[in-house]
Amino acid sequence: MPDKMIIRTKVNGNNAVVSVLMAHEMDTGLAKDAAGKTIPAWFINEWMATLNGRTVMSAQWGQSVSKNPLTRFVLKDVKKGDKIAISWRDNKGETRTDETVVA
Amino acid sequence: MTPSRLVRHAACLLLGALSLQAQAQAQADTNEVANPAELWELRGEDVWNTPAGPKSASLQACDLGLGAGVVKGAFVQLPRYFADTQRVQDLESRLLTCLQNLQGFNAAEIAATPFGKGEQIKMQGLVAYVSGQSRGMTFALPQAHAAERLMYAAGKNIFYFRGGPYDFSCASCHADSGKRIRMQQLPNLTERDGAAFGFGGWPAYRVSNGQMWGMQQRLNDCFRQQRFPYPGYASEATIALGVYLGVTAQGGVSVAPAPKR
Repeated sequence: MPDKMIIRTKVNGNNAVVSVLMAHEMDTGLAKDAAGKTIPAWFINEWMATLNGRTVMSAQWGQSVSKNPLTRFVLKDVKKGDKIAISWRDNKGETRTDETVVA
Repeated sequence: MTPSRLVRHAACLLLGALSLQAQAQAQADTNEVANPAELWELRGEDVWNTPAGPKSASLQACDLGLGAGVVKGAFVQLPRYFADTQRVQDLESRLLTCLQNLQGFNAAEIAATPFGKGEQIKMQGLVAYVSGQSRGMTFALPQAHAAERLMYAAGKNIFYFRGGPYDFSCASCHADSGKRIRMQQLPNLTERDGAAFGFGGWPAYRVSNGQMWGMQQRLNDCFRQQRFPYPGYASEATIALGVYLGVTAQGGVSVAPAPKR
């Protein structure tokens, strides 16, 4: 199972700044290993954020996103106690979902 | 200076002051994730608490110098003398002792494993976790034991020892303030702030290759860059250097595990 994400939120009035740090190799499929063999592409290609179960943002990613990616975005109308969940799926079909409660 | 230039000058100064303030605020704000090393801190915490090895035990009873199982604050007092092993140990050589005594691994075997392979992968998480538990604390390495003072003197000698095909020493690059290689600032490791920045920043996440490096890997890389022979993982030479740098950094603040170039 993939490693846990780190999700942090900072409420600013009605808005919340959400930072998400994911652990992923994000191999492009272009690099070669020490033996000269191509390292197969392995990257997150679907990414989604939900607020209390409702999708508020979704994205399709590609190989150009960095290893261990960090995303940061602003959500409107966020209250204390709201649940923010992030999920991703990579091109091998592995998924990970983590949730945080806005404090 | 004409009045209009004076106004512009003052405005620039003000802007400069504002951006510095904003930077300080951003750094103080713990609600923002900006350091991938935290991913290794989580992994390391798992490794610390999960039973493993031939003895199927966790590392929770590991004594890092402040008593069995005490992690918080241990990092800023390492390397130090340990009575049970009768030698000065840094974080990684001490972890090797715990891996052998508590979990039944062969310490020499792990030390001989290349970085980033086998049990060495665990080490990356462990050093991030242990150093992260002392984030923001000031370095206070003990120097009461004769062995600790001896290691300091040995480390200082190694720091200034010139040799190899390029006639290099650590001091060639790290004994003056304001030096750099291209755009990379070189910390002056002979004074407190420089040593705290250089020594207190490792273990670190290297942004350029996405790897977590412990102090042992960093120091061994210093020797490689000087075209010196490989001193070896947890060797006395690297521990002595750690004592010298750590004692020089005394009073400086630890930011490890830090993000580095």
